[in-house]
This record gives sequence, C-alpha cells and structure tokens, in this order.
Amino acid sequence: MGMTMTQKILAAHAGLEEVVAGQLIQANLDMVLGNDITTPVAVREFAKIGVTEVFDKQKVAIVPDHFTPNKDIKAAEQCKLIREFAHDKEIENYFEVGEMGIEHALLPEKGLVVPGDVVIGADSHTCTYGALGAFSTGIGSTDMAAGMATGKAWFKVPAAIKFVLTGKPSKWVSGKDVILHIIGKIGVDGALYKSMEFVGDGLANLSMDDRLSMANMAIEAGAKNGIFLVDEKTLEFVKEHATKEYTIYEPDADAEYEMEYTIDLSTIRPTVSFPHLPDNTRTIDEVGEIQLDQVVIGSCTNGRIEDMRVAAQILKGKKVAKGLRVIVFPATQKIYLQALREGLIEQMVEAGVVFSTPTCGPCLGGHMGILAKGERAIATTNRNFVGRMGHPESEVYLASPAVAAASALTGRISNPEEVAE
Amino acid sequence: MQAKGKVFKYGDNVDTDVIIPARYLNTSDPAELAKYCMEDIDASFVKTVRPGDIIVADKNFGSGSSREHAPIAIKAAGISVVIARTFARIFYRNAINIGLPILECPEAVAGIEAGDTVEVDFSTGVIHNVTKSTTYQAQPFPAFMQELISAGGLINYISRNK
Repeated sequence: MGMTMTQKILAAHAGLEEVVAGQLIQANLDMVLGNDITTPVAVREFAKIGVTEVFDKQKVAIVPDHFTPNKDIKAAEQCKLIREFAHDKEIENYFEVGEMGIEHALLPEKGLVVPGDVVIGADSHTCTYGALGAFSTGIGSTDMAAGMATGKAWFKVPAAIKFVLTGKPSKWVSGKDVILHIIGKIGVDGALYKSMEFVGDGLANLSMDDRLSMANMAIEAGAKNGIFLVDEKTLEFVKEHATKEYTIYEPDADAEYEMEYTIDLSTIRPTVSFPHLPDNTRTIDEVGEIQLDQVVIGSCTNGRIEDMRVAAQILKGKKVAKGLRVIVFPATQKIYLQALREGLIEQMVEAGVVFSTPTCGPCLGGHMGILAKGERAIATTNRNFVGRMGHPESEVYLASPAVAAASALTGRISNPEEVAE
Repeated sequence: MQAKGKVFKYGDNVDTDVIIPARYLNTSDPAELAKYCMEDIDASFVKTVRPGDIIVADKNFGSGSSREHAPIAIKAAGISVVIARTFARIFYRNAINIGLPILECPEAVAGIEAGDTVEVDFSTGVIHNVTKSTTYQAQPFPAFMQELISAGGLINYISRNK
C-alpha cells in the first residue's frame, strides 16, 4: 500500500518503513513551538516532568506574539515567565519584540522550518508550515511540555483528502479565496482528524504567500495538517531563507485518499465567510449590502508582503470611508521594514489606515482593535466565531486582503473589481 | 471510575473561543478560567454548574484554537465528563492530556436532553440516563487512560511512572 506525503514524513520520523492510517506512532520532532498564551502552561507542566534541560536548544521556538507588546499587567507577567524560561534553558529561538513577528510568519522567514520537517506547535495555526512540504500540526501546552522534554510526540497517522488544483486564479483571487472556497465546500469538520494534501498543475500559479495562507486555514476544516507538494517555488523560498538541510517527500502513486476533489482555480471568485463559522461562505457576487465598522488586514493568515502590497495597491491615492476604522498589521518586523522601503506604509497611512506593530492582538479579540456590541468587521484573519474579535454580539466577516482593502474604501463589503483601476 | 451529574446540552461546533474567550487568556489559573467558562454561549453555565455535572454536545466540540485553557476551564468548573458526537482533534488530545474524561457517543447525544441526570462508568463505557431510564454504550477507556485521568493528566502520569 502506498503512502501519502504526510504518511511518508511521519514514517521517516518514526524510524518505520511504512505506516498506515490509524496507526499510533511516536515521531522525532524537528521543532517545538509555543507562544505567550500557551507556553506559560507548558512551562508549569515542564517543571513537573523533572528534567532540567530542553531536548535541543535549537529545536524549540518561543514567540511572544499574542498579547504583545504586553497589553496589560497579567500579559506582561506571562511574557516575563516565558522570557525567563527561555533564558534559563538557553533556548536559541526566542524572539523579543523588535525581532519578532507572528509565529507562523516568523518561523518560515527565519528558515526554522524546511521541507520534510515534523513540527508541533502549541497554537492551532501551526499547520501553516505545510506550505513548505513539512508535517506540522497544532497541539496543546502539555504536548509542548512533553515535546520540549523528550523531542518526541505521539501521533495517530492520519488518512488524507487530496485536492487537485488546476488552472490559474483571476486577478483579485488569492490563496485566501481558494481556502475559503474549499472550507465552504467541505465544512468546518470536513477534514476532521485528516490531512489535506494539495497537488496539481494549478500549484504553479500560487505563490508561497498564497500557499502559507491556505495551509494556515487547514485547521478551519478540522484537519490535522495541510500540506503542499514541493516545487521550484518552494525550493526558491527555502534557498532564500534557510540553511537547514531539507528532504522532499512525494506521495506514492498508489497512495490511498479517502476523498479527492479537483478544483479549477480559474472558476473561484473572491470569497467571504459570514458569521459565525469559516464554512459559511458566499462569493463576492452574493454578499449583498453589509455595512462595516472596522477593517483588519494582517495576521498569520494574511500579514505577508504580498498582502501588504495588494492592500496598498488598492488604497493608494484614495481615502478610507469616513467613520470606518482600518487597521493594518504586518506579520513580522521584516515584512514591516520591507513595506516601509517599498513605500506601502506611506500609501496606506495617507489613505487613513492605522499601521500597527506585528501582533496577533486583534485577530483573537486580545487588543489593538476590539469590537463593541453590534459592531461589524471584515478581517483577513482566520476565525469568525462568536465573540472572536470582541463583544459576543459583534460580527466578523473573513476575506482576502484585496476584498478587505476594497471594503475599506466603501465602508461596506466590496468587490475589488469595482474599486480598483 | 464513575461520574454522575446533571446535563448541560449544546449543539455543533462549540469552539474554544466560546468555551473560554481569549480576553481571559492573560492567566492560566484554572480557578480563574473556570469563572468565565462558556460565558459567550451560555452565561448561566457558571452560575448553575455543580461538581460532577456533564456536558453533552453535538459534532466537532472544541473546534478552533489549541488553547489548553479550554479543557482546563471545563474541568475546573466541575464538569466530570464531556460526551459529544465528535471532538475537534486538538481539544480531544488536550482533554486527555489534562485528565478531563471525554466520550464520543452519537446515540447518547441524540437521546440525552438538557437537565437529565446521567451516570457514566468509564471502565465499561456505559452511559446511563437516570432521568429517562435509557442506556448507551460508548467505547470504554483503556486501563492506561483511566490511570492517566486518575493521576490528573499526562504529566503527572509520566512522572508517577518514571
């Protein structure tokens, strides 16, 4: 029986010739990640295990990104605790404000994840690194603690769903629209416990930023991981960012998939998820009149340089709608600097945008853009659950940076085709 | 190992943001988290929950974030077991790791209503609805998982068995 890409990576990391879906294995870890919300719990659990050192000082990454810059005293205490832990354990990949970024944009940028790796992170969007052809999945704080202590984690080998991508997306359609379309099709538990494997000719028409945005949201379909075939674009990205050795895994020709979908990228329209689930999708042509109070462009899903460029392209030389709050936050300091050098920040600020330091803040209703009762936001983030960005009676609509930027100009959810020249 | 309590019943896709909203994640203290458990979906939950009570929910319970604070808050609120049609995978793993018993049993979910009194025997997997005098069979916990739960979670279990 052939193996999927995910199964091959897991087999190699478990020292096995072959694995099958449903098998329980113990795999060696190439990276263990945590943030300022999940790491404090892991630190407490780590202390209980009774080991004094982490398994490998280079293979643990701690990124205070959620409530940073510290939003209040309690958040500051949590950050202090993990800073001291990182210092005490001599963890090399601890990133302070100033050199940081949102974890899932930062790790690929720093070259800390490469094709063929097995990564666990105490953050559900750890699945992002599947864009690089790595197996990566979210786990909780206890698994993080055990991973830091032992360098291993147990997994149930997942079955897989195959997505064959063909064609080329139209001008204002990005990876975000593709993944929202897919989640709308299969549902928020459509890939529960499974891998989503992305293959096909259409991959060549998706940039690395598109793929990172898609893999990032595999969890919103309930998936264990999302993973992309490695191609020239992946290797170019790896060459630019990493020095670590990598391994390319490809699925066997006779690998077993529970389901297979063929998706013609040229037919996908800009897509919006309505409250309160990511699978509640409509195309831009079906949204109707939705007035907005806030626009948020950024996050681990869409805070990369291409996202900044498309937002600036639409906003340049224009003004955001009167009374609307538009917040743009690049995902890392490097992206911030790049946006600065390209003049994008100036274009956006002149249009009336608030340009923020990198943080997860607004995406999860932490800080830097909370919604009041009854308010509505369009966001390029990944979740629109009840109360996600603030008051339980507020609403979040998920979309691409192009749709969000177009909406920033009109004050209602808008098609970029209508506002862009 | 057994549990007995009154049922709180919820629907599909109860996500970790409603189980414990992110605005309370600036602490990881279980007692503190328990005060806000289920606040955005059921504001009366913390006022009425009693030790031993049971949550019954439909599919994909615990979807969303990896925050272990979600099962921690449920456990600290006094819930003895969560029964659902399916669980989101990170929540499933986290619940076991912190020693919160969870059971997948679609038949029980269909037959149990809010306010029913329910008994669960973890070693046999038998779910007994005392109010309605009906019984359902879930997969029993293997011995190691019963030990893990009685130890209070994976880490205690590991250090106890070191």
